[in-house]
Amino acid sequence: MSNSSRCAACKSLRRKCPQDCVLAPYFPSNNPQRFSWVHKIFGASKITKMLQQLPVELRGEAADCMAMEAYLRVENPVYGSVGIIYQYQQQIIEVQNEIIKINGEIAVYNALLQHQQLQQHQDSFFSTDNDFNL
Amino acid sequence: MEDRFSTWLELSKGQMGGSSPCASCKLLRRRCAKDCIFAPYFPSDDPQKFAMVHKVFGASNVSKMLQELPVHQRADAVSSLVYEANARVRDPVYGCVGAISYLQSQVSQLQMQLAVAQTEILCIQMHQEPNNTLQTTSSQSQIDDVQDDKSLLLSCNNFNTIPQYLGFASSSNAIQDPLKRESLWT
Repeated sequence: MSNSSRCAACKSLRRKCPQDCVLAPYFPSNNPQRFSWVHKIFGASKITKMLQQLPVELRGEAADCMAMEAYLRVENPVYGSVGIIYQYQQQIIEVQNEIIKINGEIAVYNALLQHQQLQQHQDSFFSTDNDFNL
Repeated sequence: MEDRFSTWLELSKGQMGGSSPCASCKLLRRRCAKDCIFAPYFPSDDPQKFAMVHKVFGASNVSKMLQELPVHQRADAVSSLVYEANARVRDPVYGCVGAISYLQSQVSQLQMQLAVAQTEILCIQMHQEPNNTLQTTSSQSQIDDVQDDKSLLLSCNNFNTIPQYLGFASSSNAIQDPLKRESLWT
């Protein structure tokens, strides 16, 4: 295989890119950054091993996910993707609390409305009663 | 002979810092130095913790990552690496991204519920005081606030990069399929 058609992984590792290169389908040469993240966090041999252990039809998604995790870890070396998970969990708690608060307000309004309607009904009942007396 | 053996034993203990090797050095079958970078975070009584991290990231990568961090942040970094490694061992395809997708969909659903609840309460308020123009004006601004809140909740600097990034150089749908695996994260 000529130099120009090497995948990003083999280019980065400065080796020949064989026809059956495990990484080539998932690390094309037009996106060298993607492999550099994965190489930095997982290492080429780890990612090759992990992909080889998966059926071919699942390797694309696995490579995408590992690339994302690697990117998130490079962006946030302390928490990585776990930082995102934590932020989402916090957001869920906030939104749930807001929903509970608003549902409480709705319940109060509905109770007031029911009370008003009952009051109106009673008022109209008593005024009809007066008409009968006349 | 016994004296020499005792001396040898004391010297060995001294070299190892007077304690047994950490889980990392045990697994890697090497001498655990006094300044071993792994020792504070991978004690010998929990070998599985390091085994998991080593399997996914590799000892040298973990060592490099820890060396690049200030000491006070290393414990948190190790905890998150252990979490990620566990996630990837449990789910070799989606790992932590599966959890992120599931939580993202939960957030979207809750935001819709919130928008419905906010609309409902605005309708109730408007119904109760329909002739009050001040109320109507504030309701309109409240409706605008709902939209702002929604867009605020939907936007997050870190989150916006995720879907764009996943579309890069692959036609796979890592965001959608992990929803099938949400039971792993409940």
